[in-house]
Amino acid sequence: MRDPQMNHTKQRPDGRSASAGGGAATAAPPPAPARARRRPASRQWAAWAFLAPVTLYLVVFYAYPLYRNVDLSLRHYTVRSFVQGNAPFTGLKNYETVFDDPTFGPALMHTVVFTTVCLFFQYAIGLALAVFFHQNFRLSATLRALFLVPWLLPLIVSASTWSWMLNSDSGIVNSVLHTVGIGPVNWLTSPDWSLTSVIIANIWIGVPFNLVVLYSGLQSIPGSLYEAAALDGAGAWRRFWSVTFPLLRPVSAITLLLGLVYTLKVFDIIWIMTKGGPAGSSTTFATWSYQLGFGNLLPAFGPGAAVGNLLVVAALAFGLVYLRVQRKQALS
Amino acid sequence: MTTPPLIPSRRRGTWGKSTAGVVLTAVMLFPVYWMINVSFTRDQDMRKSPPGLFPLHGTLTGYRTVLDEQLPYLGTSLVVALGTVVLTVALSAPAGYALAQLRPRGGGVLGFVLLAAQMIPGIIMAMGFYAVYLSLGLLQSVPGLIVADSTLAVPFAVLIFTAFMSGIPGELLQAATMDGAGTWRTFRSIVLPMSRNAVVTVSLFAFLWSWSDFVFAGTLVNGGAHQPITLGIYHYIGNNNQEWNAIMATAVVASLPAAVILVLAQRYIAAGVSAGAVKD
Repeated sequence: MRDPQMNHTKQRPDGRSASAGGGAATAAPPPAPARARRRPASRQWAAWAFLAPVTLYLVVFYAYPLYRNVDLSLRHYTVRSFVQGNAPFTGLKNYETVFDDPTFGPALMHTVVFTTVCLFFQYAIGLALAVFFHQNFRLSATLRALFLVPWLLPLIVSASTWSWMLNSDSGIVNSVLHTVGIGPVNWLTSPDWSLTSVIIANIWIGVPFNLVVLYSGLQSIPGSLYEAAALDGAGAWRRFWSVTFPLLRPVSAITLLLGLVYTLKVFDIIWIMTKGGPAGSSTTFATWSYQLGFGNLLPAFGPGAAVGNLLVVAALAFGLVYLRVQRKQALS
Repeated sequence: MTTPPLIPSRRRGTWGKSTAGVVLTAVMLFPVYWMINVSFTRDQDMRKSPPGLFPLHGTLTGYRTVLDEQLPYLGTSLVVALGTVVLTVALSAPAGYALAQLRPRGGGVLGFVLLAAQMIPGIIMAMGFYAVYLSLGLLQSVPGLIVADSTLAVPFAVLIFTAFMSGIPGELLQAATMDGAGTWRTFRSIVLPMSRNAVVTVSLFAFLWSWSDFVFAGTLVNGGAHQPITLGIYHYIGNNNQEWNAIMATAVVASLPAAVILVLAQRYIAAGVSAGAVKD
């Protein structure tokens, strides 16, 4: 299912270098390839020489920071011991602190709500737009490209633009609501609305990704199926539910699972727009973790790292499901 | 009862669909328009009710502020983003070649680890980097930020290079070996030049992600001598600054790379999104 998408990047090598290589092939003595194949050991060495930089990089810049994070979460750190590095080992104490914290329940709740609502709308809107643009009308390619803009913008740009649009007194959103007779909503400053606000902004950012991936999924559905359905008298709505939707299931699964992993870790948008507030009303695990570690005058590195590790476990768990699904699809 | 022929009905609706498409795009891009509009709005009109839909009395004050205050930030962002591109390509192109063509034992595991690495939340990486950099004295340093930002792109880049380089015919590389070229020579003179498109895709994404990075910058170089533009904007907002035209003008300038890339290299972006399907 993913192969047709890959083909965009997998360009055929250009003719010039290919023919040059071909010429070399005829000039070379024939037994050479057999000899090359009989020397797997040197090839192994060469391969790992090419992989060495990235492997070292993974160990130093992924594994070690992750290890430091686990270590942080198992010790009692203060600012002084953070610098000196002699914090006492306290086992799972930090995790207990986190579980008993009154923020835990709401943060879990917000993370679940934020993730599911964002995923649902990003997917639904992305799919509707993908089906719409798949009709290939005039301008459709250009407009589809323009839809990428929200996804390409730096998150701080999107977040600050939305902050100003949702400003209680001078924001365009409240001004428009006012003209239809709805009173001012304190989007970012009221605990009732802050989570909704960051969800709206995040949906806006996520729609383009869903649109692009689902659109390339639609392209791999053979047009003859639609013609057959149309001949059988199926209307557009019926064609969508009996042809498009079922055949898009593999791509949908991939899109949603990836979306899940990436929505779980959304931090920038929430932090810039509300800092998780007011009164923790838009705090998710991601912002809570950062709040504990960096957001206060007295950093709580240990509990911060503990929350972060819970998030890592959740993200990796769903990530593994994603990889499984993807592998299964590649095999079938 | 006859079914109406498919093709004519499609063509009949095409103008209506184009119009609907334009309207949908306009709705989607309204926040972008609003950012530009506000960036030209005068201070005294900023809190006008209702807000002006067009910058009728447009001003360049905001952009003047950007020129006065934000150029160092933009410079840092440029250096960091370019550094990230170089580091990312240098690390991942050889890795992609090895995974795609040399296929060593254990390569699959490495590929798997790279995929899993993309799933780790950025703030977790940032906290880990903070702890490591603190002991190494690398906080507030540009090279430190470049290395941290490259973690945003390296797994994706290896994936793209691997996918692309497995499309290079093996006979071609064998021919080079027969001509006496070593693995490195083959990589340098054949594989890399043929992978130009992959290099472009990877560079674009590495540049954009590094340019847009806020988490690493906010954690690792906040308050330092060299801060990127994302922190420039963040400090503007954080200081309870009311000059929204200056904030939005900075945002517009910070969006320029994305705009340029969209206009000049859109096909690489769309291809990268679908092929990697990595970032949301």
